[in-house]
Amino acid sequence: MFGSIDPLLLLASLMVAATPIMLAAIGELVVERSGVLNLGVEGMMITGSIVGFIAAIMTGSPWLGFIAAAFGGAAMALLFGMLTQLLMSNQVATGLALTLFGLGLAALMGQGYLGVKAPSFPDWDIPLLGDIPIIGPIVFQHDPMVYVGLTIVAGVWFFLNKTRAGLVLRAVGENHEAAHALGYHVVRVRLLAIMFGGACAGLGGAYLSIVRVPTYADSLTAGAGWIALAIVVFASWKPGRLLLGAYIFGGMTVLQLNLQAAGLPLLDVLPWIFGVIAVLILIWGITVSRSLSNNLITIVASFASFAVLASGYRALGWSFNDQLWLSASPYIATIVVLVIISAGGAPGSLGKTFHASR
Amino acid sequence: MLRRTLLASAAATTMLGGVVMADGHGPTKLGFVFVGPVGDGGWTYEHNQARLAVEAEFGDAVETVFVESVPEGPDAVRVMTQMALEGADLIFTTSFGYMDQTIEVAANFPDVRFEHATGYKQADNVSVYSARFYEGRAVQGHIAGHITESNIVGYIASFPIPEVIRGINAAYIHAREVNPDVEFKIIWAYTWFDPAKEAEAAAVLIEQGADVILQHTDSTAPQAAAAAANDAGGRIYTFGQASDMPEFGPLPRVSSIIDDWAPYYIARTQAVMDDTWESMSTWDGIGAGMVGIGDISDAIPAEVKASAEAMVTRLAAGEYHAFTGPINKQDGSVWLTEGETASDYGDDSLAGMSFYVEGLTAEIPQ
Repeated sequence: MFGSIDPLLLLASLMVAATPIMLAAIGELVVERSGVLNLGVEGMMITGSIVGFIAAIMTGSPWLGFIAAAFGGAAMALLFGMLTQLLMSNQVATGLALTLFGLGLAALMGQGYLGVKAPSFPDWDIPLLGDIPIIGPIVFQHDPMVYVGLTIVAGVWFFLNKTRAGLVLRAVGENHEAAHALGYHVVRVRLLAIMFGGACAGLGGAYLSIVRVPTYADSLTAGAGWIALAIVVFASWKPGRLLLGAYIFGGMTVLQLNLQAAGLPLLDVLPWIFGVIAVLILIWGITVSRSLSNNLITIVASFASFAVLASGYRALGWSFNDQLWLSASPYIATIVVLVIISAGGAPGSLGKTFHASR
Repeated sequence: MLRRTLLASAAATTMLGGVVMADGHGPTKLGFVFVGPVGDGGWTYEHNQARLAVEAEFGDAVETVFVESVPEGPDAVRVMTQMALEGADLIFTTSFGYMDQTIEVAANFPDVRFEHATGYKQADNVSVYSARFYEGRAVQGHIAGHITESNIVGYIASFPIPEVIRGINAAYIHAREVNPDVEFKIIWAYTWFDPAKEAEAAAVLIEQGADVILQHTDSTAPQAAAAAANDAGGRIYTFGQASDMPEFGPLPRVSSIIDDWAPYYIARTQAVMDDTWESMSTWDGIGAGMVGIGDISDAIPAEVKASAEAMVTRLAAGEYHAFTGPINKQDGSVWLTEGETASDYGDDSLAGMSFYVEGLTAEIPQ
């Protein structure tokens, strides 16, 4: 069924492929929860990727590269923050300008660093955990940044849901007038959130140039920043779903390349994928939540019918463009999720300009 | 204000353009439309090098403008139209995907000359030019067939267009010639330039057992990915694409295909200056110098290097054609009989190649 695809390696590379977009997306999630829409993720990512790359080459240390990338991304974000929060420029326009500026700045800084390979950043063989069969190679044998990314996602979840500061940040994002009336410093909270978002985007960019590619080329990020923005919406501004979204987006990239290399048509695999998902959800419903809600039955039934549909389509022998559907699938998933949750959950003050005098 | 000046000057150029240029008063304006960034280290990098060579050759007599990372499609029309309006005399559109857009814009500007790379549609003011990259692919295939130990060669392809399919066929024929057990795993990236995706594709091919990676995409990312795999204890070989990419030698990069557009660009600019420019179709290979084979590194056995170099010499001299029969198509039907060589144009020709040769197991995506 899998041909020459090794499922363990597939799942392992999924985690790696998801890391840069996950890092950028978790930063943007915090920014949007504070009520600011920063469309400059792409620009901050590419800046982080070149700043981190240069630092890693100069010092020979990938770690210093990542730290520099975080500062580089945060500096770009601060520029956005000053313009939108202090000078009250339009957030959408400023964000787009930030992307253009970042791409140009990175191309300028990247002169002289083309075709250079980043210092190697070895995988982290975690003792004991890494030796667990099946799970070990998938989850516990990656480079440290994969775990840094997961830690940040967990940290953001904890921060937003369990701390007072997180509550303040959410309040600022939901209704900045009210938060201001309560005495919270809206602009300060937002500037900090924006800088955190920039730092995360910078880390994501540097992960591309230092670990995943690992070299610098102009336009290295090639739209990853926009995918990160889409993931935030997919996740309906919740860190847990964001993790799922990043893995779906990353997984599709890896799956599509693997299927091609193995010479497997997607249509042969699709019924299996849908079938397995349906069964897994069913098992989860029976064992973990110990009850079958109507919702759950609907989801299982829809996956099962997808499987039947896919095998029926295959039996009819109609043409099917694998590449097209796989590339489109994350976006289709985003639309489906938006329809299911009816686009709820967006922070109330998202994208609105705040001025204390009003 | 700027727009008004621009339109006014465009109008002036349209009215006076030919006269002014023929008298040699103004510099000849050249426009370049690039599909990737000039810093890609591959395809666009070399086109930009040729642009710089034109500037160095003619000095103040030419003025060049370029726009990089232009998507193939409607955006290209906008860029070309703007260049034509700004008074460009000659516009180079340097990717296959600009073919229809070039023809479209050229029809609107009969006085502007266009040069479209790697396409096959000509017009009175549109020339086409391409290089016989497949000759270089034949050499790569020859080396790959010798040095692979897993007998799996990975191929990162861009779009299923004749030029790319020719490359796959040429490489496969010559790999199988020296190694009957060789197998090609092909990934269509559907992009000319996306370093992250190219690196990922290389990593996937390596995971699935390939130890030689050929690429028909424009960035150096697959080279870096292979170098990283070698750092981790692997032994992967790659070839530079479009540009020499010597930074990645002697391993993983063991040789390369180098595109040298400078002589052609200089000659065509000269033709515009002399007013001798005519629409034509140019397709040059190793012999004419448009395709160069980068230094073959000592990381491969000396006898393989020697036989590869001998092949380069024979291809350059025209003694050997990279598609010489007997060759069957993938479905087993005869394409070329014993000793027959492929024709450039016509049925089943090189220019419109849309089939795999016998032995390749994959299917060309539709």
